[in-house]
Amino acid sequence: MRLLFSALSGGLFGAGLLVSGMTDTLKVQGWLDVFGAWDPTLAFVLGGAIAPMMLAWNFSTRRAQPVLGGAFPSPPAALLDRNLVLGSVLFGAGWGIAGLCPGPALASLSWGGTGGMVFLLAMLAGMVATPSLRLSMDRLAGATP
Amino acid sequence: MEADWIRGLLGGVMIGGAAALFLLVNGRIMGASGLIGGLVDRSGWGNWGERAAFVAALIAVPGLMVALFAQDAATNITGNIWAIVLAGLLVGVGTRLANGCTSGHGVCGISRLSLRGIVATVFYLLAGGIALVVFRHILEVV
Repeated sequence: MRLLFSALSGGLFGAGLLVSGMTDTLKVQGWLDVFGAWDPTLAFVLGGAIAPMMLAWNFSTRRAQPVLGGAFPSPPAALLDRNLVLGSVLFGAGWGIAGLCPGPALASLSWGGTGGMVFLLAMLAGMVATPSLRLSMDRLAGATP
Repeated sequence: MEADWIRGLLGGVMIGGAAALFLLVNGRIMGASGLIGGLVDRSGWGNWGERAAFVAALIAVPGLMVALFAQDAATNITGNIWAIVLAGLLVGVGTRLANGCTSGHGVCGISRLSLRGIVATVFYLLAGGIALVVFRHILEVV
């Protein structure tokens, strides 16, 4: 049952990414390119996505547990740290250069051609390398008083 | 242009609906980078089945939709392979370091008014805008 609803959620997510235009890199870059021909479509995507999720978070506070059991994710730590800011800057830069983020990179796999495939492989390589990168960054930070 | 924002809004509601479903039924945060990252770096193998089912449908459903209804769909990604490799690496490292991407921080984080989600979104939007200025308007490579 958990697998079925995971697949339903993943499928709906992918369909939404296609319908909204998030899998079109020109659309994404049109939104980020405030100095070019700015395209406000992504504001509608983000707004449209946040609204049902706000209702869902609100509803979750009135339930003891999710439908299939387990627990709701605990509220996030209000902690702002180096990794959050540095990681977001790196991610944003990559998103701007190519116009793809992780969800759309997967969703467009079947029609994204060689470029999409190369992006996905590089992204996965970056993900695999991150734990050791994080370790060495922590070590460096610890070495400087 | 008008059809664009209607499609954006409709697709956005579908994305938010998918996240709401994942939260209320499975009790999970729908973050694309976390779901896939946990599979490739083995940190999420404890629930690999749920992750794999999500990712498989995320690839298959839009693929089927394009094959059946929208033969003209294109990602319009740049032809500059080095820019693509650099961007992919940045997205891979950045999303794992920040522990989230557009879906996790942007959709799931902002909607619960998480300070981390809001700060992450501000920084990745700013960085994306600056990267486009550099790579499109100054270097002119994308």
